[in-house]
Amino acid sequence: MQSDWLFIGVFLVLAPIFPALALVISRIIAPRKPNAIKSQTYECGIETVGNTRVQFRVQYYLFALVFLIFDVETVFLYPWAVAFDKLPLFAVLEGVLFILILVAGLWYAWRKGVLEWF
Amino acid sequence: MSDPVTNIANWLENLLLGLGLSEGLVSLLLAVIGVVVIATVVLLIDIVLVWVERKVVARFQDRLGPNRVGPYGLIQPIADVIKLLIKEDILPVGADKFIYNLAPIIALATVLLIWAVLPLSSTSVGTSLNVGLLYIVAIGAISTLGIIMAGWASNNKYALLGAFRTVAQMVSYEVPMVIALLVPVILARSMGMTDIVAGQNGVWYIVVAPVAAIIVLITSIAELGRAPFDLTEAESEIVAGFHIEYTGMKFGLFYAGELLHALTVGAIFSTLFLGGWRGPGAETYPILGYFYFFIKALFLYWVIMWVKYSLPRIRIDHMLNFNWKFLTPLALVVLMVTAILDKVLANSSTFIYTSVMFGANLVIIWVTLLILRSRARIERQRVAEVQSVATPDGAVTTSIQRPISSSS
Repeated sequence: MQSDWLFIGVFLVLAPIFPALALVISRIIAPRKPNAIKSQTYECGIETVGNTRVQFRVQYYLFALVFLIFDVETVFLYPWAVAFDKLPLFAVLEGVLFILILVAGLWYAWRKGVLEWF
Repeated sequence: MSDPVTNIANWLENLLLGLGLSEGLVSLLLAVIGVVVIATVVLLIDIVLVWVERKVVARFQDRLGPNRVGPYGLIQPIADVIKLLIKEDILPVGADKFIYNLAPIIALATVLLIWAVLPLSSTSVGTSLNVGLLYIVAIGAISTLGIIMAGWASNNKYALLGAFRTVAQMVSYEVPMVIALLVPVILARSMGMTDIVAGQNGVWYIVVAPVAAIIVLITSIAELGRAPFDLTEAESEIVAGFHIEYTGMKFGLFYAGELLHALTVGAIFSTLFLGGWRGPGAETYPILGYFYFFIKALFLYWVIMWVKYSLPRIRIDHMLNFNWKFLTPLALVVLMVTAILDKVLANSSTFIYTSVMFGANLVIIWVTLLILRSRARIERQRVAEVQSVATPDGAVTTSIQRPISSSS
């Protein structure tokens, strides 16, 4: 068990090193001659206007909120699925009831127009 | 038994122990060697994938593809890598330098990390984590973060738009994917990838849960950001989306990450639904397991390419409707049906269990098609009514309708 997580830990440390190595090699052998025109923001040849970090549509925020609710609630179902053998039929139906509450939440968001993109 | 990988691992362990190192240090060293071997092999496959991708897309588009550098253009990917390495690296004005450089590293590293829990054969797996599936979902969420970081740090409006779309798309498609992934977990009673493969001893899960498998495949393609879900890098709308400002090797890392992610998705799918390394003789000769595993993963990779080069890009509202109003309810229904049937059929034979599960999935598909047909009929009537209101002299008298709530 502990050695499992040791492997993941080692992987977490080493995995970024491979792509970083490629960047370092590229840094050494690639030319670097920046000038003002070259490092301009590329917007199809037109000079960029105003600040880049513009305001975004509120729908993105709503979808992120709906996602958060659903994802967190779904994570609760994973232990239920793992312990499936030990559950009596009643507990399974309770899990189904939980999913039905999720469905009700989806239905509510749908009716409220959260899922519309306009 | 005659598994070379196990033999080499045992030999290495004995060798290191023989050198008088402590037990903990030896397991650390073995982990480092294992990680380096897995990552190197996967990255080498990635280089070959560049050739496979270019060759297959050429066949789809009735071209020849790379055929000048080496036999059948086989050395082309190496030429590509050298070209990317010696390209000038441009840092755009106003970019957040640290995040800008970190984003491509995260994009590739997260894909590599998934390979830690995939069982490659009956004897070799990076680590048989008992929460393997949850680990894959978590790492997949971090790879989305890499794209958002790239879009935000580039100081480019197109890149930022791409990042916004990423938030809407990848975050949305995570929901049906996580729900559909619960189905193999219920069937195997475990989140460990090794246990899920062990659970497919008799029947592959694609027979028991075909609808869940289709949902996982579709949502995985969306998570990849490949066509028809390539809104994050839509060439004709936002030029190249999140990686517009990236040049040279940094762009190369995004490209390599995308190709490798496609293969990884194929590998995850084949582990969950196609029996992983299972095949005739794979238990006695683990070396065959690698063969079956990569054949299945490459087949899925080909299916993903087939979808990519056959379908046009879908519009953002269609993309979101398809997810929230079709895939998510369908995934929830499949999950409930699977859970109840699995408990009811707990004591029946494998044949009855499999056929009832398969039949239930067919019924779900049939009912879904019926609902879709009736919705489409209502939609057609609505459109026809709107058109008939227009008067001959051109004055349209319809008021603004609510947005269509029944597409997909």
